[in-house]
Amino acid sequence: MESLTNRKKVVEQKPMTFLERIYLPAIFQGLGITMKHFFRKKATIQYPDVKREFSTNFRGIHSLKRDEEGRERCTACGLCALSCPAEAITMIAAERKPGEEALYREEKYAATYEINMLRCIFCGFCEEACPKEAIYLDGDIPPANFDRDNFIYGKDKLVEPIHKK
Amino acid sequence: MELSIIIEKFLLITVVLVVSLVVAMYMTLVERRFAAFFQDRLGPNRAGPWGILQPLADGVKLFTKEEILPANANKLLFIVGPSLAMFTATIGSAVIPWGRDLVLGDRVISLQVADINIGLLYIFGVVSLGVYGMMIGGWASNNKYSLMGAIRAASQSISYEIAMGLAIIAILMVTGTLSLRGIVEGQSSSLMGISGLGWNVFYQPVAFLIYLICMFAECNRTPFDLPECESELVAGYHTEHSSMKLGFYLFAEYINMFVSSAVVSALFFGGYNFPGQDALAASGVHANIITIIGLAAFFLKIAFFLFLFVWVRWTIPRFRYDQLMRLGWNMLVPLAIANIGITGVVMYLTGHIK
Repeated sequence: MESLTNRKKVVEQKPMTFLERIYLPAIFQGLGITMKHFFRKKATIQYPDVKREFSTNFRGIHSLKRDEEGRERCTACGLCALSCPAEAITMIAAERKPGEEALYREEKYAATYEINMLRCIFCGFCEEACPKEAIYLDGDIPPANFDRDNFIYGKDKLVEPIHKK
Repeated sequence: MELSIIIEKFLLITVVLVVSLVVAMYMTLVERRFAAFFQDRLGPNRAGPWGILQPLADGVKLFTKEEILPANANKLLFIVGPSLAMFTATIGSAVIPWGRDLVLGDRVISLQVADINIGLLYIFGVVSLGVYGMMIGGWASNNKYSLMGAIRAASQSISYEIAMGLAIIAILMVTGTLSLRGIVEGQSSSLMGISGLGWNVFYQPVAFLIYLICMFAECNRTPFDLPECESELVAGYHTEHSSMKLGFYLFAEYINMFVSSAVVSALFFGGYNFPGQDALAASGVHANIITIIGLAAFFLKIAFFLFLFVWVRWTIPRFRYDQLMRLGWNMLVPLAIANIGITGVVMYLTGHIK
């Protein structure tokens, strides 16, 4: 039968030559190869002391951003929750009261904003869907925990701290 | 016997024992770190600088682990097994000549615990005793897998001892003595104008190769580690042994490595002889300094063979059991016998045998 790729090779089973049968040349060749690895640069990173840099498109823990004046950008439009394929994001919207203009940028804001880290698949759709540039997945790897409840990240963990000028 | 000789020998025995224990202790670390280097990683380097406290941590771990004595095991033999393995490993170093005589004033101190004229036979006797440690340990566990591991270990040891002995006979024909010091002294001749390079490996390369392979098998090292491979073949004869009893078995293996490295250096690589020793002696260097350089040269050779053990371990995959037996009986034994015959013919033709 005609092969599809032209890369098919017939397996040859030639009887081994004398040098191949006594194995010693192959063993010395192998010793040479392992010796080369002995002096090669090691791939190990001293993990807790030294951390490998994340790649530029790495997606870590979400953070809710603030604007230049330290006001929360999120307006609780719900597009992130809508675009989330894992349905990890829930929020309750509230109206900004007079006197809170320094806290929230728009008239509407998220009173509670929760991401279930056990559901989140770090697809980055929330970041893409957000019209206000309020959510980014620019954090670290989510840390391990013993309690399932602790994986529901509220605003206390998500909103970035106020910039210091 | 003179009291000073007893003190001298006691000191020498203590030093040799301590050295072999420390070398074995640090071989565990060296093995782990070099294994890592061969695999492009770093290995344990956290405990102390370069990880030099790691063996202590391992020791503490082994001592504090739970001691399990299986209910149906033979209690006495279960403990005798690892002790015997340790015992046979440590007594092998008694006949190894570590260096030339040290002259202090009018006292001549021999750097050898016992210069017996059947030193090589003693080594072989000790090596074959080592089988009992494994066999008793495996049998006393009262565990089928341990017993099979023990039988595997015993048959391997016995098979490779034969090829080993036959390889040594060629050496004995060349050197004409069974004393290890005699064999080492016989290699102090010169080769191609370089003194102290008349090593047996240049006259008996085939015997060296056979001996080396058998040495790996006797030490239960890869590629012959079927008796005690840790995970793949249900550990082997020490399956049921826990905490320091297992530690003794593992430790005995490293002492065996040290002793057999010393033996192979003495038999084939000139022991404490080093190139250019006669020139050094002729230029008026004190004999004691030459003795110390020779001692250092001997330990350098031992270090090389210890490294070879690790090097080979991370290169060659393990033999299948039938391949192991085939190599031992069908290849090495006939090759060793042929080597004896050829050595005899060559010695006759060159006029060494009348």
